Amino acid sequence: MIEGLSWRQIPLALVIEDAGNSVLYKTGDWKTHYPVVDYELCINCGVCWSFCPECAFEEVDGRFVVNRDYCKGCGICAQECPKNCITMVEEEAE
Amino acid sequence: MRRSLANFSKTLVYKRAPRHELFARGHRACQGCAPALGIRYILKAAGPNTIVVSATGCMEIVSSPFPYTSWGVPWIHVAFENAAAVASGVEAAIRALKRKGRLNPEKRVNVIALAGDGGTADIGLQALSGMLARNHNVLYICYDNEAYMNTGVQGSSATPYGAHTTTTPVGRVSMGQGYWKKNLAAIAAAHEIPYVATACPSYPLDLMEKVKKALSCGGASYIHMFAVCPTGWGCPSSQAIKIGRLAVETGIFPLYEVYHGKIYRISYEPPKGLRPVEEYLRTQKRFRHLGREAVERIQKRVCEHWNWLKMLEEMTSTEEFEERLVELCAEA
Amino acid sequence: MAKRVGIEVALAIAEAAALAEVDVVSAYPITPQTHIVEHLAELVADGELNAEFITVESEHTAMSAALGASLAGARAFTSTSSQGLALMNEIVYITSSMRAPVVMALANRALSAPISIWNDHSDVMNERDTGWISIFANNGQEAYDLTFMAFKIAEHPEVLLPVMINFDGFILTHVIEPIHMFDKEEVEGFIPPYNHPHKLDVDNPKTLGPVGLPDIYTEVKKQQEVAIRNSRKYIDQVWDEFADRFGRRYRAVETYYADDAEVVLITQGSVTEAAEVVVDEMRKRGKKWGVVSLRLWRPFPFEDLKKVLCGGSIKCAVVLDRAISFGGPLGIVMSEVRSALYSDPGRPAVVGVTAGLGGRDIKFEDYVKMYEIGEECLRTGKEPEEVVIVGLRE
Repeated sequence: MIEGLSWRQIPLALVIEDAGNSVLYKTGDWKTHYPVVDYELCINCGVCWSFCPECAFEEVDGRFVVNRDYCKGCGICAQECPKNCITMVEEEAE
Repeated sequence: MRRSLANFSKTLVYKRAPRHELFARGHRACQGCAPALGIRYILKAAGPNTIVVSATGCMEIVSSPFPYTSWGVPWIHVAFENAAAVASGVEAAIRALKRKGRLNPEKRVNVIALAGDGGTADIGLQALSGMLARNHNVLYICYDNEAYMNTGVQGSSATPYGAHTTTTPVGRVSMGQGYWKKNLAAIAAAHEIPYVATACPSYPLDLMEKVKKALSCGGASYIHMFAVCPTGWGCPSSQAIKIGRLAVETGIFPLYEVYHGKIYRISYEPPKGLRPVEEYLRTQKRFRHLGREAVERIQKRVCEHWNWLKMLEEMTSTEEFEERLVELCAEA
Repeated sequence: MAKRVGIEVALAIAEAAALAEVDVVSAYPITPQTHIVEHLAELVADGELNAEFITVESEHTAMSAALGASLAGARAFTSTSSQGLALMNEIVYITSSMRAPVVMALANRALSAPISIWNDHSDVMNERDTGWISIFANNGQEAYDLTFMAFKIAEHPEVLLPVMINFDGFILTHVIEPIHMFDKEEVEGFIPPYNHPHKLDVDNPKTLGPVGLPDIYTEVKKQQEVAIRNSRKYIDQVWDEFADRFGRRYRAVETYYADDAEVVLITQGSVTEAAEVVVDEMRKRGKKWGVVSLRLWRPFPFEDLKKVLCGGSIKCAVVLDRAISFGGPLGIVMSEVRSALYSDPGRPAVVGVTAGLGGRDIKFEDYVKMYEIGEECLRTGKEPEEVVIVGLRE
C-alpha cells in the first residue's frame, strides 16, 4: 500500500482515516499450527471465540469456525475448550 | 461476603459479551497476547463513543503500523510517558467544547488512556499522578506484562521479585529482579479517585463490568490489568489465559476494587483458598531459576497482601462505610 | 473601541489569548512568564474566559495536554520559558509533526546551567528545528498583536502548524507598556472558528500518531517541510488583513534606517528598539547605521532578507546573537544569515557578535562597539571568524 506513494499523496500527518483497516493484513501466515474443531464433540459454548486474541473465530451457520487468514496458531482455543474438542494440527509446508 | 461468580465463568462470556468488535484483526501482537484480548473486551464495554489515548508500547506498536490500524474508535498516540497528560487535554477539550455548545452536551464521550507497565509505573507515573489528582473524567488502564516488552523484555518497576528480564538477568551473582513489584493500584487509590480496580483478560466479564463502572464513576478511574505475555515470560502461547487464571487463584494478582481510595471490595475469592504460588511460578521460564527460599519469600508476601486486602474489605464493609459509599457515588 | 492602557506586557499577552477565545489553557508556572498563566487562571475563575484551565504538573504535560486538546478540536494555548521549554522539547517536535495548531507564548529566558531566570535566546534557539512557526515581538504591543494573530495563522487549513511567539523575559514580560487593547466586538470574525480536519471524533474515528516505518517517514517530513514553507504566504495574508483592519503592520523583516545604511545590526526581540535609539543618536554624529530586525525566524525569510541586505548600500551586517552554539558556529543567527546570503553576489559582509547572555544588560557603548566591529571589518576587508562576545570580562 505504501510502495510508490508520493509525498503529495500521503495523508496529513500520516493520519489513518480507514478505522480498523488492519483486516487487510492477513496474519494467518504466522502460524505453524492451526486449530481443528471436532464438531461432533463441540457444544457451541463460544469459549474459542471468547478467548482468541485475534478474534479469528467466526459464527458461520450456527457454528464457530476459525478464519485461517487471521489465526496465528497460538493454541489458546485448544487449551481453553471445555470439551477438549480442538486439536492444533501442524500446517503443511507449501 | 457475598460475591458473584458469574463474572468468572468461562462459558458465560460468549452469552453476555457484545458481538461488536472495535479492535480489528490483523494487528501484529504475538501469538497468545493476553493484553490484545483484553483490549477487545475493554472496547466492547466502552463502546464506539470512546476516544483511546495510547502510550508508546506493545499495544500501540502492534495496532498502528501505517497504513494499517486496528482501532475502530478514534485513537491517538503521542509519546511514551504522557498518555495520562494527553488524555487530560482531550478530556478538557471535550468539556470545554460541550460547555461552549460545539459538542452535544448530552452525548457521552469516554476517554480511555492506555499504557503498559513501563509507561505507567516508571516514565509515566508523573503524568498519571497529575491526571488522577485533577480528577479528569478519564479511565486509565495499565496493561501490566511486567516488563518493557516491546523493546525486548527489560525490567520495569512492575517486574515481580525474582523475575528474569534482560536488565535484571539471572546470572552468577544475581537472581533476577531484586525488589518487589510496585503496587500501582495502591498508588492510584492513594489519590482517592472514585474508582480503582484490578482486572485480568482471563475473566472478560469481570473486566467489562469494571470498565463500565469506571466509565460511569464521574471522575478519574484506574484499572490495573494483568497481561500475560508468553513471549516475554517464557511460556507456551496457548497458556496465556490459564496463567492469568492461575495468577488470580494463587493470589499473585488478586482481583479487587477500591472506591474513593477507602472502600475495598474483593472481586474474586478462590473457593478453596489460595493455591500455592509455586503452581504459578513454575509455568514460566522467567522464574525457573528460583530456589525454595525465594519461592517461600514470595509466598509469604502474597499471603500477607491477600490478608491485608481481606482485612481492608472487612473494615470497610460496615454499615457506615456502605452509607458513605452511596454518598460518594452520588456526589460524583 | 480599543483602549490604550498601561498594562504589564505579560497580562496583555494573557488578554490576547483570552481575546482569541481559547478553549483550553494548559500551562505551568515558570519565571518570567508566570503572570501570563496566573492572569489566564483569573480570567477563567471569574467567568470572563470560558475555557478549561488545566493546572498541569509539568511543562511536558502542559504541551502534551495542549496537543491532546488541540487534536480533540479545541483551541489550545500554553506558555513557558527556558527550562520548561527544554523539558517539553520532545513534545514540541511532536506537536508540529502531528500538525496541531497550538499557540505558545515564549518568554525568552536563558537555559541552565548555571540557573538563570534572566533573558536571552538560548531557549528558543534550542527549538529551531522543531517545525514550529516562530515569530519575535519587539515590544508589548507587538507581543499582544502577534499572540492574537498566532491563532489565525496556526489554524489556517493550509497551515495547521503550531506557532510560538517570542518576547524577552523580564524586559518585556514585566514592564508596563502602553498597549492598544481590543474589545471583543472590534475583532469579531477576525479569527474563524477552529476546525481540525482530522480531529478525534467518535462519529468519524481516525488513528492519529501511527508508527512511521522507514518507507514512509521521509515523505511525512517532506510534507511537513513544504507546509512550513508555504505557511509564509498565509502569515503575510494574516498580517495584511490585520494591517488593513487595525492599522498596525507587521513584516517578516523590519528595517530602521536601513535604506542608506552602510552597517546594520541584525536583531531579534527587544534589543531592536534599543539599537534604534543608538542609531538615532549616532546618525546625529554622522554614522550611517541602521537596524534590521528579523521578526520571522521560522519559516526563515530568505527572500526578504536578501532584498534588504543585498545589492544596496549595506556593506556589513553585524548579527547580534543572544545565544551560543558551543563548539559550532558560535553565532546561530549569524550563521543562518550568512548562509542565506551566500549565493547572492551583492551580499554584504556578515559579522557575528554575541551579547546579553543570561540577562546581561547591553549598554549604549556595547551597541556602538558592535557597529564598530562591522566598520573594522570593512576597513580591513576581513570577515572575522571569531564571534565576539561583547561585554565579556576578559
